[in-house]
Amino acid sequence: MTSKRIVLRFDESMADKPVISYLVSDYNLIINILKANVSPQKEGTLVLDILGEKYKEGLEYLKQQGVRVHALTEEIIRNEDKCINCGACTAICPSGALYIERPSMEVKFNSDECVVCHQCVKVCPYKAMEVHF
Amino acid sequence: MPGEKSYEEINQKIKEGKAVVVTAEELISMVDEKGVTQTTQEVDVVTTGTFSPMCSSGAFLNIGHTIPKMKMNNIWLNDVPVYGGIAAVDAYIGAASVPENDPFNNNYPGEFKYGGGHVIHDLVARKSIHLEAEAYGTDCYPRRELETTITLDDINEATLFNPRNCYQSYNCAVNLTSETVYTYLGMLKPNMGNAHYATAGQLSPLLKDPYFKTIGVGTRIFLGGGIGYVAWNGTQHSPGFLLTGCNNEKKGPAGGTLSVLGDLKQMKPEWLLGTSVLGYGSTLTVGIGIPIPVLNEEICYYASVKDKDLYAPVIDYGEGYQKGKTDPIKIASFAELKSGKITINDKEVPTAPLTSYTKAKEIAVSLKEWIACGKFTLGQPSQLLPGPDNR
Ligand code: SF4
Ligand code: SF4
Repeated sequence: MTSKRIVLRFDESMADKPVISYLVSDYNLIINILKANVSPQKEGTLVLDILGEKYKEGLEYLKQQGVRVHALTEEIIRNEDKCINCGACTAICPSGALYIERPSMEVKFNSDECVVCHQCVKVCPYKAMEVHF
Repeated sequence: MPGEKSYEEINQKIKEGKAVVVTAEELISMVDEKGVTQTTQEVDVVTTGTFSPMCSSGAFLNIGHTIPKMKMNNIWLNDVPVYGGIAAVDAYIGAASVPENDPFNNNYPGEFKYGGGHVIHDLVARKSIHLEAEAYGTDCYPRRELETTITLDDINEATLFNPRNCYQSYNCAVNLTSETVYTYLGMLKPNMGNAHYATAGQLSPLLKDPYFKTIGVGTRIFLGGGIGYVAWNGTQHSPGFLLTGCNNEKKGPAGGTLSVLGDLKQMKPEWLLGTSVLGYGSTLTVGIGIPIPVLNEEICYYASVKDKDLYAPVIDYGEGYQKGKTDPIKIASFAELKSGKITINDKEVPTAPLTSYTKAKEIAVSLKEWIACGKFTLGQPSQLLPGPDNR
């Protein structure tokens, strides 16, 4: 059996429900949280590595709870030639992957923090943030 | 005024390669260190810069005559409608023009992937542009249809002519409603989830000459990577100061604007970018740098004002702006805005700029180098623009 990487996205109403602990207790899944972006009363994203026999049932349970589940096959890349370092994406990015370094005001991208939410891809006025498969 | 320098004197020094030129950032440190009087004596020119989506931009194009001749009426460049009601082959492409078959905001929020701003960029990048034109035909201009490709080098003239650019200070936008809104100041999350501001603060051209003592008709500037000129005041030019409190305390310059022009053929694609603002439309991001001659201490003083003493009004773009409610929720300094968060009614709101500070700095540095090596002299304005005291 190989583990699977998935992205979970949920609305603010879900943020304080302990869905992950049910995946462990009721479905016997081994879960490694790779990235998490959750805070009370906010939309959140989790990137998980999941292993276990009842994988499908577990995902079914999540979907019933209103969690959106996607396979993690994409990666977000910044096209350095197109990015003008404006910063317009930095207060939109929910994970802090895009941030401004001070005092230089240079925009940095730390892809390790990226939860592949696509927000920057939509808002960047210069189409500098790209989805790669 | 004693100790006053003249444009001629400074230009003479520039030609001899002896002018002392510093960026607005460098001037700030010099004034901190040596004071205004000594800095005024030492420095001849201060350079400023900004690189931002500029609301009102476009270019006049003279496409050239075909055989048989044609009086072009409806014109499209890469499917983007261009205004042809000027003369037979003169046209104006506006940065906000979008193809008629664009989904606009029907697919909310619309992406506006390609518009007039992108056409201007592609022209400057020397890409081939698809031209289509229709005409009703006249005795002197009988041709009725044309479909061809052009490049910037094929057409007679191309003049970037932006009716309103280079805003002095601009609104910082927040959203007080409970729904996300998509504005020309970007995507604003509900309940003040973020605050977006524009201009480069202490590097911004018009924030550094609040009384319009040096910037006027004919001022030579860095425009789109080439040389351009101030043509007039911009539309909606509203010089003045932000006022707060019951005693109307002045809080930095307010809403002056510039109309600028220059030969598009000598500009650079990296300083004129097609811009797609989600849910709003297409525009052009323009690089502008303006040299400020240090003629006297007053000009030096204003050019050395720092982020902590320059301000932007925080306005609700959730519904207030739409209804013309422009009373600021707060007046925030650029030092606060640039720190990454401002506090409004005890809530910490993350801030983000739409103007690239690093690129603004690159412009100020390029302009400084052009002047220092004698390739760019100052254009003395033939008329100053209306300022806060003479509107
Ligand atoms: S919005 Fe786009 S151009 Fe601006 S910093 Fe982010 S990625 Fe770069
Ligand atoms: S996709 Fe973009 S906005 Fe979303 S987390 Fe990654 S960098 Fe941030």
